[in-house]
Amino acid sequence: MMNNLLVLPMLLPIIVGVLLIFLRTYGRIQAWISLIAMALTASISGFLLQQVQMDGIIRLDFGGWEPPFGILFVADSFAVLLVLTSSIVTAICLSYALISTSKELQTMYFYPTVLFLIAGVNGSFLTGDLFNLFVCFEVMLLSSYVLLTLGNSKRQLREAIKYVSINIVSSWFFLVALAFLYGAVGTLNMAHLADRVAEVGQTPLLTTISIVFLVVFSLKAGLLLYFWLPGSYSSPPIVTSALFGALLTKVGIYALFRVFSLIFHHQPEITHTIIGIMAALTLIGGSLGAISFNDLRSIAAYNVVVAVGFILVGLAIATPAAIEGSIYYIIHDMVAKALLFLLIGTMITLSGTSKMAGMSGLMKNYPLLGWSFFIAMLSLAGIPPLSGFIGKVLISSAAIDNGSYVLLALSLLSSIFVLYSLLRVFKNCFWGETIVSKEEQLPLRRGVLIPCLVLVGLTILIGLGTESMSPYVSGAAETLVNPSIYIDAILGKIQ
Amino acid sequence: MESLIIVLVGVLTTVAIYLVLSKNVVRVILGTAILSHAVHLLILSMGGLKLGTVPLLGEEAVKYVDALPQALILTAIVISFAVTAFILVLAYRAYQELGTDNLGAMRGSDDE
Repeated sequence: MMNNLLVLPMLLPIIVGVLLIFLRTYGRIQAWISLIAMALTASISGFLLQQVQMDGIIRLDFGGWEPPFGILFVADSFAVLLVLTSSIVTAICLSYALISTSKELQTMYFYPTVLFLIAGVNGSFLTGDLFNLFVCFEVMLLSSYVLLTLGNSKRQLREAIKYVSINIVSSWFFLVALAFLYGAVGTLNMAHLADRVAEVGQTPLLTTISIVFLVVFSLKAGLLLYFWLPGSYSSPPIVTSALFGALLTKVGIYALFRVFSLIFHHQPEITHTIIGIMAALTLIGGSLGAISFNDLRSIAAYNVVVAVGFILVGLAIATPAAIEGSIYYIIHDMVAKALLFLLIGTMITLSGTSKMAGMSGLMKNYPLLGWSFFIAMLSLAGIPPLSGFIGKVLISSAAIDNGSYVLLALSLLSSIFVLYSLLRVFKNCFWGETIVSKEEQLPLRRGVLIPCLVLVGLTILIGLGTESMSPYVSGAAETLVNPSIYIDAILGKIQ
Repeated sequence: MESLIIVLVGVLTTVAIYLVLSKNVVRVILGTAILSHAVHLLILSMGGLKLGTVPLLGEEAVKYVDALPQALILTAIVISFAVTAFILVLAYRAYQELGTDNLGAMRGSDDE
């Protein structure tokens, strides 16, 4: 009975989303209903997290089909932590949309699409079946296609065609990998796959298949194959960018962690080395991108890329401490990236340009906005009391223990580049000569900073409350490091 | 039989990749449609072709065919159908707004 709750983080957004389609003309009502739905989802996942912490992994077999025969949802701490964080972040982004976006956008099915997106995201986190993961990916991607084109500017249409095409090709690779994997091992249930791959040993054929999966998930996560990311993340309305930056790449990262820690972890000298090299190149490329643009949205988009590289450094090292650090960092990055995008969106609305050259001395006009940006910057750079710190420390110390000095150097250097890129924004846009006088400045729309302040509060809270989060995160890391826990929880009854 | 289908998959993929690499948006979309057909055939042949009868309870057959790939393909077909429909509409809107269906001309600059 309890297990049935597991389907709600995916089902609730879908049901509410369908209902909202009928309320199309009422923008505000839609916003409030979807906010309530996300709050409910967040509290359900909070409850599930407690349950998982007490009783271990929970699973829900749809239609009573025992694994490995049916499709199932699996809740381990890692998945539920991500569901919880993404629900909270989505709720905050929705409240920003309620306050700041145009009525036109709000009545063009914006809220239902966001809910479908989050349904796909939560489904991807919770599913225990590789083909179901593909389906949830597609739910998420289709919603993201719609969100990317909503707003109808020429630039969006242009970027959307590229984004949709690249994702169709990556979905194709996903299907190819699934077909070969099914042909080779004869199952698609993740736990069963892990069991069988461990049984027959990870032969070169299976390693090759795992690399096709690596390509697929890297495309989604923006690991090395991030060429599509800056363009498509910087063209839609800022709320959409914030959602994309906070959630979409994280789903790819989640899939990489799941697949390469649960199923294909027997040949780390091949797979994890490749992941390490890709992460290193991502860090370099993202850092260079972040400092070489004058457009605020491009800078933010390249910051997403840097974070992806950093998180995957943890997977490449793959010691328990590194994995734990990555989990902290994923959670931190969801919050901090949403914050960064929302703040930049507010700055762009206030000054009417997304170029750094058009902004100066905003600190005089909007001090609260300025200091929020300052905190976001420190958090992303990993300064101690804030949320980015613990992840960076754990991954760095694991890199030292493991002797991965190149990755260590690159990840620390990338932090400096992140700090530099944002400091440049801070210095140019907030300090300097105030070009708009107090009388002429655009008024900050009432309440527009509340979502940002909530996120600032969250990043401080995560930083200070690391101690109380640690049982959950170390539980999540333990399941990832010892695949047998996961396998036993799913297949235990049969064996 | 399987080898024949695999060769067919290869041919379809080649054609699709040729189309996807062209500059015309409609050709790219047709390419993605053929690409998905190729992978559907691949999944089908991975399950083995016509090894037994339909998987029904009560039939007195020695061997049953694997039904799972067919279920997978059905799902994949529905998804690729939806995506193709979406990208066709998107291409049409883009053509209306941008006045071109040439991907090279759509590159654009950031100054808009």
